[in-house]
Amino acid sequence: MLIIGEKLSIIAKRVREAMMKRDKGPIQEIAKAQFAKGAGMIDANIGPAEGVEDLMEWMVTTIQEVVPAPVCLDTTNYEALEKGLKVHNNEWGRPLINSTSNDPERFPILELTAKYNCDVIALTVGKGGLPADAEERAAIAAELMGRAAEYGIPMEHIYLDPLVLQAATTQDQALKVVQTIKMFQDLNDPPMKTVVGLSNISNGCPKHIRHILNEHFLTLLMYEGLSAAIADPAEIITTVKTVDILMNKTLYAHSYLEM
Amino acid sequence: MAFTPPKETNTGKVYSVTMGTGDKAVTIGGENVLPFHGFEGVVPNKPVIAFDVMDIAPVDWPDTVREIYAGVSDDPVTWAKFCVEKFNAKAICLRLAGTHPDNGNRSAAEAAETVKKVLDAVSVPLIILGSNHVEKDTEVLVKTAEVAKGRNCVIGKAQEANYKTVAAAAMAHDHLLIAMSELDINLSKQLNIMITQLGFNKEKIIIDPMCSALGYGLEYTYTVMERIRLAALTQNDVTMQQPIVGDVGMYVWKIKEVSASEDTLPMWGALKERGIGWEAQTATALLMSGAELLIMRHPEAVAAVEAFINEMM
Repeated sequence: MLIIGEKLSIIAKRVREAMMKRDKGPIQEIAKAQFAKGAGMIDANIGPAEGVEDLMEWMVTTIQEVVPAPVCLDTTNYEALEKGLKVHNNEWGRPLINSTSNDPERFPILELTAKYNCDVIALTVGKGGLPADAEERAAIAAELMGRAAEYGIPMEHIYLDPLVLQAATTQDQALKVVQTIKMFQDLNDPPMKTVVGLSNISNGCPKHIRHILNEHFLTLLMYEGLSAAIADPAEIITTVKTVDILMNKTLYAHSYLEM
Repeated sequence: MAFTPPKETNTGKVYSVTMGTGDKAVTIGGENVLPFHGFEGVVPNKPVIAFDVMDIAPVDWPDTVREIYAGVSDDPVTWAKFCVEKFNAKAICLRLAGTHPDNGNRSAAEAAETVKKVLDAVSVPLIILGSNHVEKDTEVLVKTAEVAKGRNCVIGKAQEANYKTVAAAAMAHDHLLIAMSELDINLSKQLNIMITQLGFNKEKIIIDPMCSALGYGLEYTYTVMERIRLAALTQNDVTMQQPIVGDVGMYVWKIKEVSASEDTLPMWGALKERGIGWEAQTATALLMSGAELLIMRHPEAVAAVEAFINEMM
């Protein structure tokens, strides 16, 4: 399973300050640490980036200067996205855009996906409220896939995101998301790829139990075949490696956690 | 519509490993498909067979194989040269059996002297094996690795009980290393991990999952080798992507089927052919399950297996 390192987010004070000052030090340090812990891709969440359209370009080059991995470009800002895609080094894999959805405002993202031949996260929410269950998410996914096909985007470039909700407020949604992961895969042959923003499950929970919720939820999702998670690699790597052992995806050795 | 055979492609690939130096160096591994599946991918190198030579006379070998080496097997240098000149051996395995405490207990210094002389006499790649006594092997292999420096030999066998010293010796003098575990794929992976954690280059290891003769547990060796190769190819497991060695001869030429006389067991057929066939059959089975390097004894069995390899590739 692909781990997309979540730590470079504008929500974090240290990261936000570094972004604003264009200080490469902290950004590169966090990117390297995530890669060393097992991230296969680094998420760069710059928020709406209004008035700072060249921020994504700076983030992509700053990250790829020190980490041989693709970047997940996380912003709603079309112009910033395009600037970032232009400088992305595809040597280690295609960039991933985070994200399009069933909201018409997010449709232009698909133009960029097609133009730069990259991957895209398709969030299964529309302009209306949040999806109620797995069926509703799958229905939105089918619409998103149809639209992507119109843009000529191959299905294997799409990561369907069921939208993880907080266990603390909408407890019944956790299991529905797990069921959705299974259902998404059945929408295509070969199966559709899936991704979650894992830590949403524990949003609003006390700090000391967040990682417990995250890791156990991930186990359920991986059992259903989750392809990728936006998460803290240091937190989940043990779970990922262990579930891979239990699902017979990697060969057991006493030192499997060290590999 | 024309029939297109389905192809299985893999994400992983076996490391290419080159043994020896100069124009006699040989390379094994490098494939990204199951054994001999050249129609599905790349199989750049043929498996290689090394002739088994010992530092002491092969008194415990059955007559049918010992007589081939009559007159040369009292001395490892003449023996090794004989294999190269007479049978065109592509590699030699020098087994330092005489260093075993129960089998002469030759010193590490004596063993090193033997290795040096053999290296001076033959230019094909050399596999240097101890006597499979974990404590004595550490002394013997440290000394022999040192005198063999610069020849890119294969040193072995590193086992769980002595891998630190043996791997350090191979690393210090730039040799390849055989990592042996006892018919357990998980321990084989574990040993590879531990050896690489010492700083040893994972692409310079050859896996010995432990051999066995046809009728004496060959199916265990076969399945372990096969699963190692599947982990390497289908799971892209970087700790299991090394070439595999089958130490065939020593397991075959000690069983009753290769030495029981025709008088006692006439229904088993001619003794000479029986032994050759047994060694060739065991070796071929291991090639089919993933071995790229074989250590064998009877030249006619070697010739039969090489003919098989040439036909398959």
